Amino acid sequence: MQAIDFQQDFFSLFNLPRRFQIDTTALEQAYRDLQAQVHPDKFAHRSEAERRLSMQWATRVNEGYQALRDPLQRARYLLTLHGVDTQEESNTSMPTDFLMQQMEWREALEEAKQAKDGAVLEGLEQRVQHTVRELHQELARDLDDTHDYAAASGIVRKLKFLEKLAEEIGSAFDELDY
Amino acid sequence: MALLQIAEPGLSAAPHQHRLAVGIDLGTTNSLVATVRSGISTVLNDEEGNALLPSVVHFAADGEVLVGRAAQDEQSAYPHNTIVSVKRFMGRALADVGEVGNLPYRFVDAPGMLQLRTAAGIKSPVEISAEILKVLRTRAEQALGGELVGAVITVPAYFDDAQRQATKDAARLAGINVLRLLNEPTAAAIAYGLDNASEGVYAVYDLGGGTFDVSILRLSKGVFEVLSTNGDSALGGDDFDHRIYCWLLEKNSLSALPAPDIRTLLTHARVAKEQLTEHNEARITAMLSSGEVIDNVLSRAAFHEMTQNLVQRTLQALRRALRDAKLATGDVKGVVMVGGATRMPHIQQAIGEFFGQAPLNNLDPDKVVALGAAVQANVLAGNRGGDDWLLLDVIPLSLGLETMGGLVEKVIPRNSTIPSARAQEFTTYKDGQTAMSIHVLQGERELVSDCRSLAKFELRGIPPMVAGSARIRVTFQVDADGLLSVSAREMASGVESHITVKPSYGLSDEEITRMLKDSTQHARDDMQARALREQQTEAAQLLEAVDNALRQDGDALLDAAAQARIRSSMDAVRAVLDGGDHQAIKRAVEALNLATTEFAQRRMDQSVKHALAGHKLSELEG
Repeated sequence: MQAIDFQQDFFSLFNLPRRFQIDTTALEQAYRDLQAQVHPDKFAHRSEAERRLSMQWATRVNEGYQALRDPLQRARYLLTLHGVDTQEESNTSMPTDFLMQQMEWREALEEAKQAKDGAVLEGLEQRVQHTVRELHQELARDLDDTHDYAAASGIVRKLKFLEKLAEEIGSAFDELDY
Repeated sequence: MALLQIAEPGLSAAPHQHRLAVGIDLGTTNSLVATVRSGISTVLNDEEGNALLPSVVHFAADGEVLVGRAAQDEQSAYPHNTIVSVKRFMGRALADVGEVGNLPYRFVDAPGMLQLRTAAGIKSPVEISAEILKVLRTRAEQALGGELVGAVITVPAYFDDAQRQATKDAARLAGINVLRLLNEPTAAAIAYGLDNASEGVYAVYDLGGGTFDVSILRLSKGVFEVLSTNGDSALGGDDFDHRIYCWLLEKNSLSALPAPDIRTLLTHARVAKEQLTEHNEARITAMLSSGEVIDNVLSRAAFHEMTQNLVQRTLQALRRALRDAKLATGDVKGVVMVGGATRMPHIQQAIGEFFGQAPLNNLDPDKVVALGAAVQANVLAGNRGGDDWLLLDVIPLSLGLETMGGLVEKVIPRNSTIPSARAQEFTTYKDGQTAMSIHVLQGERELVSDCRSLAKFELRGIPPMVAGSARIRVTFQVDADGLLSVSAREMASGVESHITVKPSYGLSDEEITRMLKDSTQHARDDMQARALREQQTEAAQLLEAVDNALRQDGDALLDAAAQARIRSSMDAVRAVLDGGDHQAIKRAVEALNLATTEFAQRRMDQSVKHALAGHKLSELEG
């Protein structure tokens, strides 16, 4: 049984234009409207065929929401739709200044962890977030305006680095408590 | 000759039958059952008017089983045979239970989940929990005057797959159809949300007898969206009792007490803890089996100090939950308190300070979970109320696979909205490798040894290839109960293997069946009668569902021939419905399900199109 049209991309699933810059309120609204129709809780007393379909649909809708809600995931997904490999595993070359910045931040993180300094962690977190926002703007240009997918892939790789760093800052915050 | 009845178009042929469904809070300390009556969620009391059923089970040597207060009375005299807080052992191995030495039980180590030796034989925590559930089921069926269609049973949000599966198995053993496992904090939010109808972000702080959960939810326009959840499935009110108990041991230079004394002191510790909520000090006097008399006074300040780090542990979980939800304390509009243990003043105070606002206590913290579960049960049973609302819940812990070097690769990250599925590709490690071992894990840590092992299975028959060239696609699917199934497929050859993850304690279907048989006196007859009734109920529900669907959309979505095919499958079900052959009913139901698959698909497509066109559910179902 081909329950769901898996060829349909997530942008059309949520009735959105296929762009990096999207109306996140519209995405949220479409997500909720769809789940209100397909969620398993609406089918708990229905036939088995309908319950199975409902789980497949709700899963698909959740997957799509996940892929579009987060900017990095959305960029990855758009690039996949354009047939571009982001080479996140294979291509580890990075501009020198970006790498230097990374090393500097990692050192600062290690020091803040040692010193259990929450204020330093917060400052670091804000700088990382600022850079992330700047990169999102670059992504918007490369993906929506100039259609420079190679450049966009480079930014996705940078953002992956920063995501990892942000996670580590997060767990450093958790460890402050111990 | 009887005349054939014809219903008015658009109306159900039969008046819509109210289906009996309940919410059950299967708690560590107490359990409750609630239902929605005339639109209002109410807790069902026992004959003496008690809402709370102490989660205590006593097994007597003559085979008699006592549950609740009657069992509590036997606690000090028969500590080995009187199990309290069994929830702490659900889905747990002996090694998982920290303070084994201080508990008055005779544990039996068993693969995956420990067991307890009682006068009535060796019992699994699943069987013991089922005894509690049976009492609640009987209470509900007597109060409601009929058989239950099903129940929503709550579990701590932080329960892992093994603990959830164990809970579901216990319900099955008690003859309860589980409509859904619902996270406790979410249930509490439902109880509050429907009463107060407030929009915004809420934190639910749920400190039960043996588990601690925190959930961050967003309520808006009838949608309850769980943003994150965190907690500790081995931290609860019991730990506060235990601190007092340890203090008593120290004060009186005691060690290695016999089991009845341990039970006595733990009971006194609990009473003292409860007294300290109202009073500044509590006096503890008890006589041990040796004749030694204990007489100590515990001040509130000393109690608060000895338990301060337990409170701190709950605050850490709160911080993590907020961080995962990408929110700060100031974003939280209200804090819902759940569980009797939240009555402790230093907890109220710590939460007030943490959020900078007084926590919400307007619903009884002991009942709020059951009340919310009943509301959800009512919706799931199809007794739709006026308000239409939707609940979007998450999984508490990441799910992953073991890769080379004993590392865990996360496949579905924690706080993913369920139902959820994710596929990931893996490859072979050696040239000519024809089998692959798939080890499924749950937890946040990087090393396999730090995560919980859920299941292991093998994919065999991979065609021999050079290392790294096979493509094995492993798919994780988490259903709306938060339970996982995993399948693996070699993409070139199509070799496939699938399991519904039965946790490592592995209560197989056969074992459940055996337990079911053991638990009933006239096992065979009862089982068959029950199977038949269940089958008949399911068939009747299916007929009603299909009938409604045909009336609404039959003409629009199906041609006459397709409708006729479905109608003839329905007739086939009706023909066997009242006979005594449950196998025949089952076959007919399966055939009808198959016959309606295409129709269901078209209806779903139609619903989705309408959703995007901005129509509301009510317009479609009208």
